[in-house]
Amino acid sequence: MFTFAKAKLAAVLGIGRQCVALRALNGAQAVRRGFASSERDEEPSTSENELFDIIISGGGMVGTAMACSLGLEPNLAGKKILLLEAGHKKEMNRVPETYSTRVSSISPGSAMLLSGTDLCSFLNFLSVWDACSDALITFDKENLQDEMAYIVENDVIVAALTKQLQTLSDHVEVQYRTKVVKYTWPHPYHVSESIPWVQVTLANGKTLHTKLLIGADGPNSMVRREAGIPTVKWNYDQSAVVAVLHLSEPTENNVAWQRFLPTGPIAMLPLSDTESSLVWSTSHQHAEELLQLDEESFVDAINSAFWSNENHSELVETAGSLFRTALSVLMPDSGSARQLPPSVAGIGPKSRVMFPLGMGHATEYIRHRVAIIGDAAHRVHPLAGQGANLGFGDVAYLTKVLSQAAFNGKDLGAMQHLLEFETERQRHNLPMMAAVDLMKRLYSTNAAPMVLLRTFGLQATNTLPPLKEQIMAYASK
Amino acid sequence: MYSKKLARLAFGLLAESTLKCPLTRSVSSRVNAVRTPCSWTVCLHHRQKNPLSEGLTRLNVRTVSQTTLDPAEVRKFQAMASKWWDLQGEFAALHSMNDLRVPFIRDNLLNVHGIRQLGKPLAGLRILDVGCGGGVLSEPLGRLGADVRGIDPVEDSVQTAELHSSYDPDLRERVRYQACTLEELAEEELEGFHAVVASEVMEHLADLDAFASCCQQVLKPGGSLFITTINKTNLSYVFGIVAAEQLLRIVPSGTHDWEKFVSPEDLERLLESFGFYVEAIRGMMYNPLTGAWSWQQSTAINYALHAIKRKEEPQPGQVWAESENLDEPGRATNYS
Repeated sequence: MFTFAKAKLAAVLGIGRQCVALRALNGAQAVRRGFASSERDEEPSTSENELFDIIISGGGMVGTAMACSLGLEPNLAGKKILLLEAGHKKEMNRVPETYSTRVSSISPGSAMLLSGTDLCSFLNFLSVWDACSDALITFDKENLQDEMAYIVENDVIVAALTKQLQTLSDHVEVQYRTKVVKYTWPHPYHVSESIPWVQVTLANGKTLHTKLLIGADGPNSMVRREAGIPTVKWNYDQSAVVAVLHLSEPTENNVAWQRFLPTGPIAMLPLSDTESSLVWSTSHQHAEELLQLDEESFVDAINSAFWSNENHSELVETAGSLFRTALSVLMPDSGSARQLPPSVAGIGPKSRVMFPLGMGHATEYIRHRVAIIGDAAHRVHPLAGQGANLGFGDVAYLTKVLSQAAFNGKDLGAMQHLLEFETERQRHNLPMMAAVDLMKRLYSTNAAPMVLLRTFGLQATNTLPPLKEQIMAYASK
Repeated sequence: MYSKKLARLAFGLLAESTLKCPLTRSVSSRVNAVRTPCSWTVCLHHRQKNPLSEGLTRLNVRTVSQTTLDPAEVRKFQAMASKWWDLQGEFAALHSMNDLRVPFIRDNLLNVHGIRQLGKPLAGLRILDVGCGGGVLSEPLGRLGADVRGIDPVEDSVQTAELHSSYDPDLRERVRYQACTLEELAEEELEGFHAVVASEVMEHLADLDAFASCCQQVLKPGGSLFITTINKTNLSYVFGIVAAEQLLRIVPSGTHDWEKFVSPEDLERLLESFGFYVEAIRGMMYNPLTGAWSWQQSTAINYALHAIKRKEEPQPGQVWAESENLDEPGRATNYS
């Protein structure tokens, strides 16, 4: 059985271990009673125009992680931080028995940020192959002590972070069910008679001021829109269908499988020995059909997507096998033995949902006294499992930049260090996003030349360990 | 204009090499700024003339006339008083100098006093910012938790500083400004400060002796004096005056007068004679392309200096207590 990956990494963010109960492998669950507090509507006992040092708008995974990260930073001790979230407080007194459908693949770099969170499973192999040919690539870690990635439910991450925030309540305040209706931006230069802070107007009429506003409010970010930051974006004509799958037989489930179909990639991410998470990106129409299917037909569709060979053309098959022979002559030891993906027996109850996919990138991540992080700044296709990780990377770097600025006595909203954040993150995010978009486009076609190209490319990459290591290292950051 | 400057430069160099006399400067800028043996004798005369008062033998403070104040300098800065907080304006280089001088001050104070409080490393320390201008350096020090008093003879600058810090309740409590000179303050605040900061001020003063003695008066024993200023070398003339003012317009033309620059050796000697020991001198350099400052080995152009006021020496028969109690009422250092 696989054990929990205890992070051997230094804890930047030590989230309380008592927050979420362990999900033990052999079925027994350690139930721990957490906070049994009911949701309170916080009555702000503050004056009309209270001034905060930092306000974070949006309490999803990335926004809550940002609040935790800032709250735990010693150089920011004494600063007033506020997190605004429009939804309810996500509490988890004990881990529910069924997995929820939305999961994320967390890279070791993000795991360092979140270390201490109890993780649901880890990933040792990543197998990716083409539906139109037999080309296959596996990424595996030679040293099996290092994990490639962790598959964690989004709800679990948010709940763990929320628990951690409660321990920081002396200087990090959280307001739930708080909607922002308006942002007022300050002049970039000092104009007398005008307030130099960002003004945040809430739905309940209160106005808050802040020296730095961090927008973590998702792909349709209001902060980004109101700041007038131009965004490059387009919709993939695809939706992703997610579900929790029950496997036909228990297996050492530590491999993530992804197959590129002409309609889009289908991926199975391991959650436990008997369950995996499905992420199937396909056209809107097909996605709706899939949601309408009854359970048996849906399971059949999944299995055939993973197993059928109807898309193979003769030309490509011959070319592919010739190339593989050539490669095995040149590099006889490379190329891993082919494992087979598990087959699916059933799905979790009420667990099928779909959401549209698109790509988006804000041309600027910052303005005077404003910064955007997470999906508000960049939105990618889930095929590489990188969306959440890019967000956590933003959190880590922005915390570092703000901590250094505070230690130098700087005004937190000043452009100088925010520019440093933007430059560094754009340098990291853009290549990743370009690669993901390229992969998506490359695999969206049936045309023989593209199929040949990607077949050869995938097979060649599979036989070059140094190249694979580079790719894994980049994705693990 | 250049020929006059060149002539002065030539004379200055000549004077330096032939006279080999330590610091002293003529009092008013109206006087020909060439150092001559006469001015040295005049100052020496002043020194010996002043009676001992409160154990201060080397006092040259004339409380009636304000000796550190130079009216021409006041006029210069009066004209620029509203531009302090324009980050792309005339004072841009001063703003970016904070990247060097705030860590320099902070780290040296932390070395002496240790970390007071997380998030507010300088909490509990009283710092005097001489020649604070628009508060460019006072504000970061205030944010780090220190109790800052900023003084500047130019009233408009002080008003700009007060206005800028008035919006932040944090700063309002911790940073206070006063339009006065150092001599005026020295009368009220005897040994009241843990640190005095005089950044980019020495090159605008009329009398360095008066300045050094006032600093000595307002500092607690063991207190720190931080100075950043420009060296008096050929290189500083080329880069500091010609390049910075005329060619690149990093600072407005006429801001600096090369004659008023002081070399680190001279400054060190001056401070030692007033009861300080110089703990660190570091060179700084400005890169006009990036707009950023950096530390460097050579002090040829800009440099930063940290000096500490000596604590009193033990009297015979008195037990020497090796404690760093800075709140002890101090008696002035007595050198015979």
